[in-house]
Amino acid sequence: MEENKREFKLMRRRGFSAEYIFDFFNILFLGFLAVCCVLPFINVIAVSLSDSSAATAGMVGLWPVKFSLDSYMFAFQKVRFLLSMKNSAIRVILGVAVNMALTIITAYPLSKTVKELKGRTFFAWFFVITMLIGGGTIPTYLIVMWTGLRNTVWSMILPGAVPVYNVVILLNFFKQLPKELEESAVIDGAGDFRIFLRIIIPLSMPCIATLIVFQTVGHWNDWFSGMIYLDNIEKYPLATYLHNVLQRPNFDNMELQEIQRVMKISNRTLSDAQILIGALPIIMVYPFLQRFFVKGMVLGSLKG
Amino acid sequence: MAKSTRRARSVHWGLYAMLVPGIILTLIYSYGPLMGLVIAFQKFDFTKGLFGSPWVGFDNFKYIFNLRDFRRALGNTLSISSMKLVFGMAFPIVVSLLLNEIRFNGLKRVIQTLIYLPFFISWVILAGIMGDLLSPSTGFLNGILKMLGFKGVYFLGNASVFPATMIVLDVWKGFGFGTILYLAALTGVDPSLYEAASMDGANRFHRMWHITMPELVPIIVLNGTLSLGNILNAGFDQITNMYSTVVYKSGDILDTLVYRVGIIGVRDSIPQYEIATSIGLFKSLVSFALISASYYLAHKFADYQIF
Repeated sequence: MEENKREFKLMRRRGFSAEYIFDFFNILFLGFLAVCCVLPFINVIAVSLSDSSAATAGMVGLWPVKFSLDSYMFAFQKVRFLLSMKNSAIRVILGVAVNMALTIITAYPLSKTVKELKGRTFFAWFFVITMLIGGGTIPTYLIVMWTGLRNTVWSMILPGAVPVYNVVILLNFFKQLPKELEESAVIDGAGDFRIFLRIIIPLSMPCIATLIVFQTVGHWNDWFSGMIYLDNIEKYPLATYLHNVLQRPNFDNMELQEIQRVMKISNRTLSDAQILIGALPIIMVYPFLQRFFVKGMVLGSLKG
Repeated sequence: MAKSTRRARSVHWGLYAMLVPGIILTLIYSYGPLMGLVIAFQKFDFTKGLFGSPWVGFDNFKYIFNLRDFRRALGNTLSISSMKLVFGMAFPIVVSLLLNEIRFNGLKRVIQTLIYLPFFISWVILAGIMGDLLSPSTGFLNGILKMLGFKGVYFLGNASVFPATMIVLDVWKGFGFGTILYLAALTGVDPSLYEAASMDGANRFHRMWHITMPELVPIIVLNGTLSLGNILNAGFDQITNMYSTVVYKSGDILDTLVYRVGIIGVRDSIPQYEIATSIGLFKSLVSFALISASYYLAHKFADYQIF
């Protein structure tokens, strides 16, 4: 009996210390992963704030060497860079507005039962099929050209105007809202439209907010449509502009005085400054939106 | 009550009206391109349009299946994307299990926030960052490698290392975000299960394996099945921003090939629309079959419904 007790105690203590060792290595490993996710960005910040000679020599690690703001000054004097930021802002606002309006008005009818909306199954498949098969790059490109969107901001918005995946997420969210609310509103004499605006939309804000986050990130980050549909460099959104600058860090889209000035500032500090400015809006905002997208992801995918 | 039954019987025209804008735009920009796939069977002439161009039957397909670039790209696509699928699935699961074991909530939340970060940054920007970081001469990572006495590695410019670099970076970008689903599922686990298990002498690993893991299996199965449809998507956005002619051998994938052939134009800088479309159609058909199969499987085994 006595023996047993002691052994039990010993076992517990051993178990206890093993737990601590596990915790220690667990936190160490996960901390290492977290550092890996952040380190590249810290390196970029350090390079962008360093003197160009130090950066070109590859001397900059995680802390600026010979602190200098030159590349930022230069970036903010670059007309095309500023223009591209303005273009991106316009595109994000227009694009997200169009996407969200269409997502909401498409998802709502589809969330009804077949009784309330005859042909619901047909309409739902009409949209879902486009998730399963698409025409691909070239035919889409040709349609955009033929519908006259070439070289306009709409070429980056209309082809993806109805984001079917988001429609599906939202319609599943609508479906699980309590039916009683709607029924009691009907008894109170509210029309379809009123119910939709006053009851359905406010109740769906968590899901709608999530989709807004994803749409915004999507429009801000997309460079490809700008690249293929726009001829005019002045119309490029920031992502396309950066793609161009980073892919060909040459002098072909600069004016002569710019080239002379750029000789003093290495390409590397300058491009890192621009990279950072491009990533900054998202880096600053996403931690605060976390609870929205975590919730939304879960709602969309784990629905019963 | 009478009012509500009357309402239920009447047709809700408002609902149909709401569908109209979405249907029109989808018809033009999603079904339009599907019609445009007929280009794959034509000798396409931009000036003559979709219906005026001469038909050539399956000639374009014969051409691409004999094309060395195509076969190479298909092989690269399959090897890169299958590796991305496997590691992109497995790593978030491991990390979720480990995160679930952290008992300090503040620390857990900080780690989560930090590992979400790369997901939100575009490949354009990441390519810029990685180009510097992985540079063989002045890059930070090679600096560390050299300090430790290793030889420098040209991660983006060496054809035998390039695919691995792409896979690691892709997993790096997505694993944090990938944990969201699993962690959410774990919040539903009844804590008394853990207590009961430790009473019975189960240690951490026993608990992780016998309680936490089974809780995740349904989502893992569902996720795995649904990702099958992506087997021909090896990551256009990532690769086109990071590859270069020296790594075409192992890094050129179907989507980048389509882009070069169809939009940039490789040979005489005339884009070969019909060739690029044929490759695209091939890809679409295979993906369609796979996605349909995976949805069917998900429906059958995980009771998953799209809408």
